[in-house]
Amino acid sequence: MSSGGSKSTASRRKDEVKRLLYQLGQTIYEDIEDENFPEVTLASRSVSNIVYDERLRQYVLGPAKIKRSAHNIKHIRSFTQLIWLASFVKKLVETSKTSTLRDVFYSAQAYGVDFTDQAESDEIITDLEVLLSKAREDFNVYPEERSAIFGDLTIEYTVPGYEGKRLNLASHPDGYLIGPSLSTAEFVDTSAEMVIAVEKGGLFTRFVEENVHKRFKALIVDTAGQPPRSTRYMLRRLNTELKLPVYILADGDVYGEHIAMVIVSGSVGAAHLQDLTVPDAKWIGVWGSDIVKYRLPSDPLTEIDVKRIYELKKDPRYAKGIWLRELDMFLKIKRKSELEAFAKYGLTTIVDKYLPEKLEEAKSL
Amino acid sequence: MAKRQTLFKEISPSEFFYRNRDLAGFSNPSRALYSATRELVENALDACEAAEILPDIFVRITSADFDGALTDPKPYVLKVQDNGPGVEPKYVPDAFARIFYGSKFQLKQSRGMFGMGATMAILYGQITTNKPVLVTTSVDGEKAYTFELMINIHDNTPLVLNKWVKPALGKTGVSVQLTLEGDYSRAGLKIQEYFKQTALVTPYANILFIDPSGRLCFYERVTEKMPKPAKETLPHPLGIDLEALRRLLRESSESTLKKFLSKNFHRVGERIAEDFLRYAGLDHNKKPQDLTNDEITRLGSALHSYDKFLPPDSRCLSPLGEELLAAGIEKELQPEFVAVVQRPPSAYSGFPFIVEVGLAYGGKNAEPGLKLLRFANRIPLLYDEANDISWKVVNEEIDWKRYKIPQDAPLTIITHVCSTKVPYKTVGKEYLADRPELERELKNGLREVLRRLSTYLSRKSTLAFVKKKMNIYEKYLPLIARFSAELIGAPRPPNYRKLLKKSVEEPFVDESEKPIREEEVDHVEEVVKFEQRRLEEYSQ
Repeated sequence: MSSGGSKSTASRRKDEVKRLLYQLGQTIYEDIEDENFPEVTLASRSVSNIVYDERLRQYVLGPAKIKRSAHNIKHIRSFTQLIWLASFVKKLVETSKTSTLRDVFYSAQAYGVDFTDQAESDEIITDLEVLLSKAREDFNVYPEERSAIFGDLTIEYTVPGYEGKRLNLASHPDGYLIGPSLSTAEFVDTSAEMVIAVEKGGLFTRFVEENVHKRFKALIVDTAGQPPRSTRYMLRRLNTELKLPVYILADGDVYGEHIAMVIVSGSVGAAHLQDLTVPDAKWIGVWGSDIVKYRLPSDPLTEIDVKRIYELKKDPRYAKGIWLRELDMFLKIKRKSELEAFAKYGLTTIVDKYLPEKLEEAKSL
Repeated sequence: MAKRQTLFKEISPSEFFYRNRDLAGFSNPSRALYSATRELVENALDACEAAEILPDIFVRITSADFDGALTDPKPYVLKVQDNGPGVEPKYVPDAFARIFYGSKFQLKQSRGMFGMGATMAILYGQITTNKPVLVTTSVDGEKAYTFELMINIHDNTPLVLNKWVKPALGKTGVSVQLTLEGDYSRAGLKIQEYFKQTALVTPYANILFIDPSGRLCFYERVTEKMPKPAKETLPHPLGIDLEALRRLLRESSESTLKKFLSKNFHRVGERIAEDFLRYAGLDHNKKPQDLTNDEITRLGSALHSYDKFLPPDSRCLSPLGEELLAAGIEKELQPEFVAVVQRPPSAYSGFPFIVEVGLAYGGKNAEPGLKLLRFANRIPLLYDEANDISWKVVNEEIDWKRYKIPQDAPLTIITHVCSTKVPYKTVGKEYLADRPELERELKNGLREVLRRLSTYLSRKSTLAFVKKKMNIYEKYLPLIARFSAELIGAPRPPNYRKLLKKSVEEPFVDESEKPIREEEVDHVEEVVKFEQRRLEEYSQ
């Protein structure tokens, strides 16, 4: 997935996927005709093969490969599942239909290919991503969506039946679901000067109510916890295509910090994919030091919290700057706070006081 | 002095056994019922086999009280009948009512050694119930003589209380019916196990057993082949003890020591006798009866130390043979796999022996775990398993890991030792002593059957694997072909049948490939799962 752009780019990407799928089919077809067991080679996703790329500022897959062969009876089932998935998404792409991860799991049953559970079919989808070096969204497979966006941004749909239709994302106060249609839409016009990503739906609603989009000239994104890929992709597009800075507000704990990190530099689970990161995004809170500074109501860290902090301290991305400083701060004060904790000082404090101060502070980050 | 004389008074063998009945397996009512049944059945089988008659054995145990009101232990009537050659009527009183009077004093393989088992049973019946024994015999099939006998324990002489003659209706053989105190409720399982195992080593016999409740067990003959009967043989010089030697010398009619040796010993000819006597430093022309005590001792120890005697030959043995052993195992255990091996003849202390080992694996009746069935001269040994040499070999001498047999594999090991003198540890004939020669043969035999099982199991798993592999190919290859055609929009799938055919023909290789994805079951999965959990938390 790379930054969208014009319709012709979108259709070129589609053609590229079709070509890769055709190549795969052709190799297998000819192997069988030549009385050879077909096989595919794909990059290994084992931990030892996931390495941090300083230049890309994200985790990537290393050089190790694994071979999956129809000759090996331990592979043939997953091999079949992979080829089925390829033929299934080929139809999706050709007919411009989309499918959720769950749809994929159920669709298989109609073809005599069975998955034990959705985790297994999700694995195969990842395998196909690795094999084709394409994200699942490129072959029209999407997760269930929960995240939303709100603000002054006019988009134009590219999905069949809506081509050319325009919409302003400030038209509906609950925001718009970041789904396949929005992900593939073109950006037409915006007055926004920044993007604020918040971890929770409650705060998202508060920001809309408090006119954050107008007061700060911002687009507001609800990541609904750890942001799904389409949301990360959307954030990246807003950042690269519209040159908008991205600010992240999450709970004041180790998990909130990690949500910010995933937006900035991706997740280990998506090491095989690029274009899902926003390297310049800024994590503005809630920091451990904010808990002290703003005297936020807080809870003690649990054993699991502490364990998680030490885990993250081993990750090279956390080895410096604000990331390390705040991990150490959490460890030092042994407390954590939620975004809602600001309500102690009035419902609008977070918008009136905290947000402006943090945006100011972000300039120095 | 008169007092002291009574102390040293000679006792009769009957009295001796009466006082020491524990030794012979008659220690309590349960054990006694089992031993009595066993002794009579073994006599019956021996009689038939010696005459090369296919045995038809009938055994019935009934409660002696008609209304069955008594509780165990109580008197039982035991009847054992065979179709053997019968015993001449004139020998019947001595054969059945006198200890140490039997037909088994020669050296050849048979179940009983001294013919005293049956008499012990009769003696035990008499002392516990004071009832006479009924023995019916017919040698010609015309007349059947019945004797009502008791033993005069004090004098070791038979008492004939009554006798009569009836038409034998064409049937020869012996029938013994005695009354004894027993405990069937406790002995029943052992007795049934005894019959089952006996049937295993005598697949050429029909055995019909009716238990006290009237239940009938029939062990049917599955082959008409019988093992070759054992030939009588002279004692081997290595196996003779001083007392037996003294008796032989005294009763000898030979004029010289050289002749004495070559006439009375197994595998001793005149040439070896001469060489031996030179070695022993004895004059070979000396009259055997004239040897002094010292000379007898010298002769005895020289017989044991001289190393040029040929080993005993095995014609005096009657092993079951691999074919019959396998038939017996198949008949009684119905296993999935059978292996039997007969070891070449060997000898310990001048007594020849042959070891046969059988193995039964699986089958629908099999229970998981190892079971050991021990036999000696075709007698099942049911007691004191843990003291037996076979048990020691199976449990301590075998490196089971070598054979890749699963720990709880449904396995029965059968060991059969036949010898002119089975090295029992006790008179009760229940377990065999640790003789190194015996141990070696058992070990080699066991290794051989285990090797065969190991081969069978690995071939079986190979076949199962190939079959499984083909099933998997047949399931998935058509799908792969179809999807590949759909990917390129081909009108029909590629021909996967040729590939399938090719894979059948390819040589089997053990694909110990690591299961896929094992590499991914670590940190990444943890992280991914953690992130998913977090997502779920927030979506709620």
